[in-house]
Amino acid sequence: MTTTTLEDRERRKAWGFVAPALLWTLAFFVVPFVYMAALSLWSRQGRDIVHVWNLDNYLRFFSESALLRGLTNSLEITITVTILSVLLAYPLAWIIAERVPKRLQRMALILAILPFWTSYVVRSYSWLLVLSKGGVINQALMGIGLIAEPLEIASNRTATVIGFVHFFVMLLTLTIYSNLIQLSPNYRRAAADLGANAFQTFWHVILPLTLPGIMTGAFLTFVLCIGDYITPQILGGNNELVLPQIIMLQIGRRADFPMAAALSIILMLTVTAAYVLCARWLRIERA
Amino acid sequence: MTRSFEGAAARRFFMSTIALGALAAGQANATEELNALVWCDHTDPALIEPFETANDVKVNLKEYEGTGAGISILEQSQPGDWDVMVIDAVDVHRVIDMGVLGEMPANALPSADLFPELVMNDNNTKDGKTYAITEKFGYNTISYDKTKVDPKDMEDLSVIWSDKYKGRIALYDYYLPMIGLVQLGLGKKTADLSDADMPAIEEKLAAMKAASKQVSDVVSSQTALATGEVDILVGGGEWITASLAKDKPNLDWTVPKQGAVRWAQSIAVMKDSKNPDLALKFVQYILSPEGQARLATSSCYWGMPTNQKAGEHLDGEQKKALRWDDQAGYLKNTQLYPIPSAELDKKMQDAWTNMMQQ
Repeated sequence: MTTTTLEDRERRKAWGFVAPALLWTLAFFVVPFVYMAALSLWSRQGRDIVHVWNLDNYLRFFSESALLRGLTNSLEITITVTILSVLLAYPLAWIIAERVPKRLQRMALILAILPFWTSYVVRSYSWLLVLSKGGVINQALMGIGLIAEPLEIASNRTATVIGFVHFFVMLLTLTIYSNLIQLSPNYRRAAADLGANAFQTFWHVILPLTLPGIMTGAFLTFVLCIGDYITPQILGGNNELVLPQIIMLQIGRRADFPMAAALSIILMLTVTAAYVLCARWLRIERA
Repeated sequence: MTRSFEGAAARRFFMSTIALGALAAGQANATEELNALVWCDHTDPALIEPFETANDVKVNLKEYEGTGAGISILEQSQPGDWDVMVIDAVDVHRVIDMGVLGEMPANALPSADLFPELVMNDNNTKDGKTYAITEKFGYNTISYDKTKVDPKDMEDLSVIWSDKYKGRIALYDYYLPMIGLVQLGLGKKTADLSDADMPAIEEKLAAMKAASKQVSDVVSSQTALATGEVDILVGGGEWITASLAKDKPNLDWTVPKQGAVRWAQSIAVMKDSKNPDLALKFVQYILSPEGQARLATSSCYWGMPTNQKAGEHLDGEQKKALRWDDQAGYLKNTQLYPIPSAELDKKMQDAWTNMMQQ
């Protein structure tokens, strides 16, 4: 009897701790998500929203190339950004963790993430000025005689990717660095004892052990990048639209909330698919 | 020149911030409040402050861009949330049909002082009742850097889909005036635009995209032209270049021989306004010669006042930038935005989205 009472009390206590988080998730994720899913099954006809459930919005997405192209543009840009960011962030994180003296590492990290301190919008507009015909890059390259005509690096996909990579390298540097400093130096010593050179140690020991950090950062980069509206809007020059821009067009120009909801669900499913792929891959590596 | 432009923008931002702060402090204890759904030109403290001070009222401004966004906000609002609304003149009937606009007494409005072409009874009235009044207008046409292009080329609309300035053109990202411009370039009237015109329009839109560097909103378009990223802005006009006239005298605009599209914005009182008398008073202030001059030279964008008496409150430089003396000719050679049915509107938006994805 006493045991049961204790168990009940413990159970109630546990629910007491969990309940606020559950209620929060229910109120601010589950309910809005269910509403959005239901909304995506209605449709806008003329200037009215018709409350009859159908799959018209989803069918339209797969039948109109301009809409489908939004998703492929998003995926192409996001995958490019994620790969480039990992390739740039890993060496940076490694240098900070392995080559910078311990007492200076905090300062090095602060310097690495310094651009985080400026507004995202301001940073994007700044990039536009830097990359423009008369911007710092073109002026410098022309000044030293490397190019005769300015490079076309503003208001296109290149500019969008540069803007994204600048931001996400900072994020990835943090996640990879935190992983690197947790590695015991004994791994390296053991590898050296077994005759591995520096590259073999990195390739067969360090890299696999830091994969969780890389994958966590890469997944965060993927999620934040594919859902971003501001950078492509400011730096892309509207020469191609990504999915969030198309969602904004449905809301801002057409007041077509059902279509916007359907596109948002598609975006969420894409992120979910990315998560499933990452999670499975990570599990295999850990096995 | 880039520096002076940025400096001017920074100055404007700094002064606006100070002015907004002063405005907020000064009106914090106002006895009444007015909620206005407006375009960005109404958020200039130099325009709003005199009305607030004179009437001991705090005007709460919610800014939006594009009729779709405005209608979205209305659909999500409760009756009484808004007292006043600014809307594209060609879209007034869309809002009248939603049943949210209130009738304004025609004799309380200075319609007789307006440029006759801007009275726009077909747009602002329904069944003999006045629901809105046109407050500002201008042109979606061609803005350019006269030091980098041949101004004579800008007199022909076909330049916007030719290869002569390939990669040096920005397209203003608003499908209605842009498709209207294409229709004019094809030698047709914007008012006659129908489904049958869309294939030819789509073909020209594709050519325009191929010749352009970017498709951009107001800020990005203005920045691109001012920084030399592009030399021509299709869809621009005095609203892009006039406020930069002092810092960037190399920027100019023209109405080509085929004509241009005329934009006009109207202001209306909401049917469920909690303070309809004060709302009407606000409309009267905006339409007064002094209010009109302030609205015309608002920090967000400039445009022609509809009230001809506003000229008394504009100085020579301001009139020159607005091309005050050329208005008679411009009004004759420009046409209103197309007013599409819901179905045609969807086709036009699809055509525009397709163009951007090419």
